[in-house]
Amino acid sequence: MSPAVLESKAAYDIIKERFGDAVSEFDANPTMPFFEVLDASRWVDIALYMRDNSLLQFNYLACLSGMDYPEEEKLGIVCNLECIGKYTHKLAVKVKCQRDGGSIPSVSCVWHTANWHEREAYDMYGMVFEDHPDLRRILCPEDWTGYPLRKDYKVQETYHGIKVPY
Amino acid sequence: MQELGKVESNSIRVTRQDDKRITIEKDLDTEHMVLSMGPQHPSTHGVLRLECITDGEVIVEAEPYLGYLHRCFEKHCENVDYPGIVPYTDRMDYLAGMNSELAYCLTVEKLLDIEIPRRVEFIRVITSELNRIASHLVAIGTYAIDLGAFTPFLFCFRDREHIMNLLEWISGARMLYNYIWIGGLAYDVPADFKKRVAEFVTYFRPKAVELYKLLTENEIFVKRTKGIGIMPADVAINFAWSGPMLRGSGVKWDLRRNDPYSVYPELDFEVPVPDGKFSDVGDCLSRHLVRALEMEESLKIIEQCLDKMPEEQGFDPRALIPKKIRPKAGEVYGRAENPRGELGYYIVSDGKSTKPVRCKARSSCFVNLAAMKDLSKGQLLPDLVAIIGSIDIVLGEVDR
Amino acid sequence: MGLLDAKVSNRNVLVTSVDNVMNWARLSSLWPMGFGLACCAIEMMATNASNYDLERFGIFPRSSPRQSDLMIVAGTVTMKMAERVVTLYEQMPEPRYVLSMGSCSNCGGPYWDHGYHVLKGVDRVIPVDVYVPGCPPRPEALIGGLMKIQELIRMEGLGISREEALKKLAEKSVDAQQVLDQTRKAAIA
Repeated sequence: MSPAVLESKAAYDIIKERFGDAVSEFDANPTMPFFEVLDASRWVDIALYMRDNSLLQFNYLACLSGMDYPEEEKLGIVCNLECIGKYTHKLAVKVKCQRDGGSIPSVSCVWHTANWHEREAYDMYGMVFEDHPDLRRILCPEDWTGYPLRKDYKVQETYHGIKVPY
Repeated sequence: MQELGKVESNSIRVTRQDDKRITIEKDLDTEHMVLSMGPQHPSTHGVLRLECITDGEVIVEAEPYLGYLHRCFEKHCENVDYPGIVPYTDRMDYLAGMNSELAYCLTVEKLLDIEIPRRVEFIRVITSELNRIASHLVAIGTYAIDLGAFTPFLFCFRDREHIMNLLEWISGARMLYNYIWIGGLAYDVPADFKKRVAEFVTYFRPKAVELYKLLTENEIFVKRTKGIGIMPADVAINFAWSGPMLRGSGVKWDLRRNDPYSVYPELDFEVPVPDGKFSDVGDCLSRHLVRALEMEESLKIIEQCLDKMPEEQGFDPRALIPKKIRPKAGEVYGRAENPRGELGYYIVSDGKSTKPVRCKARSSCFVNLAAMKDLSKGQLLPDLVAIIGSIDIVLGEVDR
Repeated sequence: MGLLDAKVSNRNVLVTSVDNVMNWARLSSLWPMGFGLACCAIEMMATNASNYDLERFGIFPRSSPRQSDLMIVAGTVTMKMAERVVTLYEQMPEPRYVLSMGSCSNCGGPYWDHGYHVLKGVDRVIPVDVYVPGCPPRPEALIGGLMKIQELIRMEGLGISREEALKKLAEKSVDAQQVLDQTRKAAIA
């Protein structure tokens, strides 16, 4: 394992010790080490712990991406976290939910930046973020049908009387 | 608490607090007015729409509405193979095409785990730093227009045109280059490259000083921007700000230093962070100042790269490009320092296909703009223009 | 061309002279609406700025659609934006012209296939007079397109509809190569 991955592993161990079975095993791939939150209802607790623990201090949510896992029948998010200031460690977290009507707790109260990222994930994939302050579509128009980045998305024929496909 | 002149009328008292936010005390309720700004407005830098709820001249809330330039970048990524995505990254942040390409190629190269020839690395750094200067020139020029100064715009575009000519000479296109490829470059640089870039550096250095004297030290400009839209450092980090925005708030965070890539570790340059003497840390003027000072640092980087760049006869920058780019299964988050901040790509490969399963672009101005609502609360309406300009948004990257 | 159209049925000497003066006035002060959408808007700005200096043609961007007579659709028009573009077009006073700048607004550009949210050509919502190809077109190409608009104005007159003027323009269209050759020959002689 490279030094960067070892750092991530050390951070992961602290989280694993506190949350036990709620988090999965550590995936030590060299390009983006990550773990998965198995019990999605504890995601906000884990996020708060990761931000506020003095040994972790993941104060910078670099990216939050939505994901579609059609073969698992799931949707999910991937968060890339790191610390600005004291430490140099980085860690990615995955949270998944059911494909139809699934929901994930919102972390926009933990990192403000998650607000718009979560709106975008909702816009593109259609998972609901519980307790999100303002869950609306952000890029597509309000009355757009379907969730464009789902693998089974079919584009609508017309929008307000304008033909959409070429 | 310090009073703001004689704004006191019948029943309203407007005061400006220490953090420069404005509070209104009044005996009677005034009616709030909804003011829609954009998507067609000369100072929204593209097609951004702001819905402002105003109380007289003071903004109660400004809510940005995006998506007027949503061009489905991520959908295209899932339908185009890896090298085919490069032109789309250009069109995302069209002011800094080279930087966007560099960030994308670095990410895929991380997934492929391949070596890049040293000469290629230097050419990449030179072109992307040139593009950074061009991008900052547009940012500064349009910011000046927003605040009512027309001349700096002409100065900036005159100098930008030199960079455009240089980059066109290298890559064949003025703005959207498709020059940096995964594993190499489209072509080697022309023979006189070093000479002409060095000429540009000597030409541009006094012009940058001139621009600084003309605009940044201009009293009217300072009065319009100083103390407006202050963002404290810890809130900025919580909003995941990056680039000149975060540095304007006093955090010394530059990916070229803090998460170095390419040949940046070998180069000697400063990361300008305002110290609070000229501007208030975290205000619009600080953010502008960072951009103005960064241009000089980019010139330094270019000069060093010209010195260190190895000369090779008959060099083929396409020699090491894989015939078919099909990374092994895995996922990666890679990023680079763009003129507007951290541009990151989250790419998932399934190991079988030549197209990514998922390619998400973490856009710097999308993230920076998210703070707009908090930044504009309690500011005066004319200052809203100053705040939007200081964020330096490119709507192509915000909406992707 | 406005209200007078209805009243003028026969063209005579007086009307053609008025036409010439009015057309000359209009084509030498084309005011486009300062309306940027995407990448092409930067090239449009560059054309307005120091090096290409559009003001020498009397072209100066206005901020309001109500003061402008030319709309340069510079960039990708999306579904969300399409209705706004129509609104802006309707706010412009007649006679008005539309120049579609760049591949995206001509036909959807690189987003024609998978761009679910991109309008495949601005001519699906508003009529376009001149198309300028390129991604983005160079400033020279934009100036070329603007000169085409000026030519179109020259063809117009009282009692001549836009369709007729466009037809006349197509008939009279000059071969650029021929003109270049002639100029070269003249320069040599």
